[in-house]
Amino acid sequence: MQVNRRQFFKLCAGGMAGSTIATLGLLPEKAMADVRSYKLMRASETRNTCPYCSVGCGILMYSLGDGAKNAKSEIFHIEGDPDHPVNRGALCPKGAGLVDFIHSPNRLKYPEVREAGSNEWKRLSWDEAFTRIAKHIKQDRDANFTEKNADGVTVNRWLSTGFLAASASSNEAGWLTHKFTRSLGMLAVDNQARV
Amino acid sequence: MTNHWVDIKNANLIVVMGGNAAEAHPVGFRWAIEAKTRNKAKLLVIDPRFTRTASVADFYAPIRTGTDITLLSGVIRYLLETGKYNKEYTLAYTNAALLVHPGFSFEDGLFSGYDADKRKYDKSTWAYQLDEKGMAKRDDSLSDPRCVINLLKQHVSRYTADVVANICGTPKEAFQAICEHLAETSAPDKTTSFLYALGWTQHSIGAQNIRTMAMIQLLLGNMGMAGGGINALRGHSNIQGLTDLGLLSTNLPGYMTMPSEKEPTLDSYLTKYTSKPLADGQMNYWQNYPKFFVSFMKSMWGDKATADNNWGYDLLPKWDKGYDVLQYFELMHQGKVNGYFCQGFNPVASFPNKNKIVASLSRLKFLVIMDPLTTETSTFWQNHGEQNDVKTADIKTEVFRLPTTCFAEEDGSIVNSGRWLQWHWKGAEGPGQALTDPQILAGIFLKLKAMYAKDGGTFPDAINSLSWAYGDPHEPKPEELAKELNGKALADLPDPKNPGQFLAKKGELLPGFALLQADGSTASGCWIFAGSWTQAGNQMARRDNSDPSGLGNTLGWAWAWPANRRILYNRASCKPDGTPWDKKRTLIKWNGEKWVGVDVPDFKADEPPGSAMAPFIMQPEGLGRLFALDKMAEGPFPEHYEPFETPLGTNPLHPKVISNPAARLFKGDKEQLGQHQQFPYAATTYRLTEHFHYWTKHARLNAIMQPEQFVEIGEELAKEKGIAHGDLVKVSSQRGYIKAKAVVTKRIKALKVNGQSVHHVGIPIHWGFEGLTKKGFIANTLTPFVGDANTQTPEFKSFLVNVEKA
Repeated sequence: MQVNRRQFFKLCAGGMAGSTIATLGLLPEKAMADVRSYKLMRASETRNTCPYCSVGCGILMYSLGDGAKNAKSEIFHIEGDPDHPVNRGALCPKGAGLVDFIHSPNRLKYPEVREAGSNEWKRLSWDEAFTRIAKHIKQDRDANFTEKNADGVTVNRWLSTGFLAASASSNEAGWLTHKFTRSLGMLAVDNQARV
Repeated sequence: MTNHWVDIKNANLIVVMGGNAAEAHPVGFRWAIEAKTRNKAKLLVIDPRFTRTASVADFYAPIRTGTDITLLSGVIRYLLETGKYNKEYTLAYTNAALLVHPGFSFEDGLFSGYDADKRKYDKSTWAYQLDEKGMAKRDDSLSDPRCVINLLKQHVSRYTADVVANICGTPKEAFQAICEHLAETSAPDKTTSFLYALGWTQHSIGAQNIRTMAMIQLLLGNMGMAGGGINALRGHSNIQGLTDLGLLSTNLPGYMTMPSEKEPTLDSYLTKYTSKPLADGQMNYWQNYPKFFVSFMKSMWGDKATADNNWGYDLLPKWDKGYDVLQYFELMHQGKVNGYFCQGFNPVASFPNKNKIVASLSRLKFLVIMDPLTTETSTFWQNHGEQNDVKTADIKTEVFRLPTTCFAEEDGSIVNSGRWLQWHWKGAEGPGQALTDPQILAGIFLKLKAMYAKDGGTFPDAINSLSWAYGDPHEPKPEELAKELNGKALADLPDPKNPGQFLAKKGELLPGFALLQADGSTASGCWIFAGSWTQAGNQMARRDNSDPSGLGNTLGWAWAWPANRRILYNRASCKPDGTPWDKKRTLIKWNGEKWVGVDVPDFKADEPPGSAMAPFIMQPEGLGRLFALDKMAEGPFPEHYEPFETPLGTNPLHPKVISNPAARLFKGDKEQLGQHQQFPYAATTYRLTEHFHYWTKHARLNAIMQPEQFVEIGEELAKEKGIAHGDLVKVSSQRGYIKAKAVVTKRIKALKVNGQSVHHVGIPIHWGFEGLTKKGFIANTLTPFVGDANTQTPEFKSFLVNVEKA
């Protein structure tokens, strides 16, 4: 019989429920109570890649919520992807704690600003944040952009603001970062590859 | 990696040096164990500490931090003097036989052309002798003294076993054993795989550490072979991808170079980077540079890039010098920078000399943080006592902190060390109001663009010209961006071999970079990613893990750049006549018409064996380089230079040239270098297996596993200093101090070096003043602000400290 992993889980779960009931000496047709089924069986499984080191282990993320519009899914368990040719289901001690990264109490939830000289964070809306940052950019860029160097060569560069890109963000975010920074004329662009 | 994680299992010898894979890349390291159990491979570990990798090794040798070039040059000497290298491979596939410029020389620690005032070389003699056609001259009899291999023999002749022992502290018998193990894999059917990481890169001579190993791999005939190669175990999950995408000061996507002000016109730029062949009949892939560049420009500027405006050449900034992070923080420290963005990056913790970093950020007008977590960089203005003693009210920097989603809350692809682009899927929404990075970038960009449209301003042309053809301009979708990276046909592309047929129709996604054109008829954001999302769909999302050859090249799993090739330079896995060096490792073969195999051939598909074409097709001479020409800052051959903070205070090989003569050292940082009289111990920083950098201290499970900061010292040093296991100690450098618990261990032993005893202090990096662990000090408070001369990667792995009971 061909049994895939998910079916195997179901068979195991069924087998255990049956044998437990049998041990209790109950006839199946009289059984009223049910043992708790595995939470994973009701979970949605999403494939992802561990964001820590560069081995690129495949992971399976389990969440409750079926993707319906009014259901907010929440990831409650992460394990290694057994089909993945590199990690074959394994995770290291770093990866084993991934679900605690997602739910860290130190996750940022709202845009905030710390004003000059202040000792506190103040919440602001995304629109305010975008507007204030764009104003800073424009002011600095308009004041310090170099169109031509001393020899009259067109250089169109802006050196007084820089950008550190993230080595855990996706290629897609990285590409947009490239477009964003270079179109503003930035040259102080770097990422963790440097360190 | 030229090869990939699973391929490690094919090696006969695995050398872990400049890394600690068992702890830093534990799951990848399983393939080293697989090689041991299935392939009877030997595992060699060379490290200042007896690491957990060493604990499962067949052989361990200690080495003083920062002296790897000495040991590896000693290995090269051994191989050349005993003749235990793959001679046929070396002659046919490396530049061993090529003749070097008569003016090239090396004397007293310096190569020809040094300018002491500029700390730079004039590299004009670091070149081949050319014939009248401009081709490199060669002498296959190897009798000419100017042959690369003869100059190399002479260069490494100084690295005897005694010199190695004296500089590295590696016992002579251990060194001999290392040489013998490596020499065994010069047999055509044996390979070595070197696994290295930041223990090699984070030195003022980091790039040359790696080069020395690469030269050994060439001599052993291991490049292009299954179970061989050069395998960088990279530090972060998508550091490979971000590098591929050119997110470095002077780079463009796909390892193209950003134009500089020395190339004022498109023609001058393309002439400089379109390489010309140095050998007759050689395929020279960078001759296609204009195709890659123009396609990139079409992706950047869309219809605004035309032949008439040189594909928008003036829209790109032109550099005067590189603005790597050390250079930029130096400028920030001088008050010359006003704004800074940190996207998922924590420079206060990650960069050297933390106090300088904090002082620099304090001089900014505005700082924008995009991160899923609280970072020390976002709260650098808060006073945390000894751990961050700042005057908050005096810091006038406006700090914006923007919450981003994390990996689990987005779709997208990342590139692992083996160059695999693997697609991932979103499993939940981000917390609170968190947005994705593209949403945030779009939000700022569209606001800014509107401001320029309304109020005008300086050079809005590039902002207005940037291609932004996304369904929802405020939310560019991962699949839209991924397709843009892959590229598409902007016109019907006729098939030159079949008139009337087309290789791609207008609007179609391209199957690979071979179709890219320099006439504006194709677009591709990153040419090496062409083929990742084709008309057949998202190749990065493929999940066929079948491995018909048993060599581990799962061609149906995800997608590897370039062209889904799993082992780079795999033409070199066959002899010049096309037969494999080792039948068991057959990757590709000639079927009479073209190259085929269990990997995607890395060669001109229809070039028959026995022709003049050599396998390293990205080089204009087609050869692996034992002599690096002008590509390195400090010399075409590797040379031992001491760390900028050396426990010896001299360089035993050439006392007048102690440290890397081409490394950049800023004024102020030079004064902040410590001397061995005050700071006598060699220090090195590293990761623990339970933590990942400064992130996992925010994850409860990891914080529980390693809750408190510690440093490791050997028993002898502990006894000398009266330090007991568990004591609080103060570790100081010329730049600051940290306090941590002492772990007194047998795993770090004093080494006998140049007539003195050198102790190492081991400093794990993972703590800070934010997180769920006990609060700690930033380890990089201690580290020096000097980098490798080529990459400017800081010297985190070799510096000087003092240790005392706190």
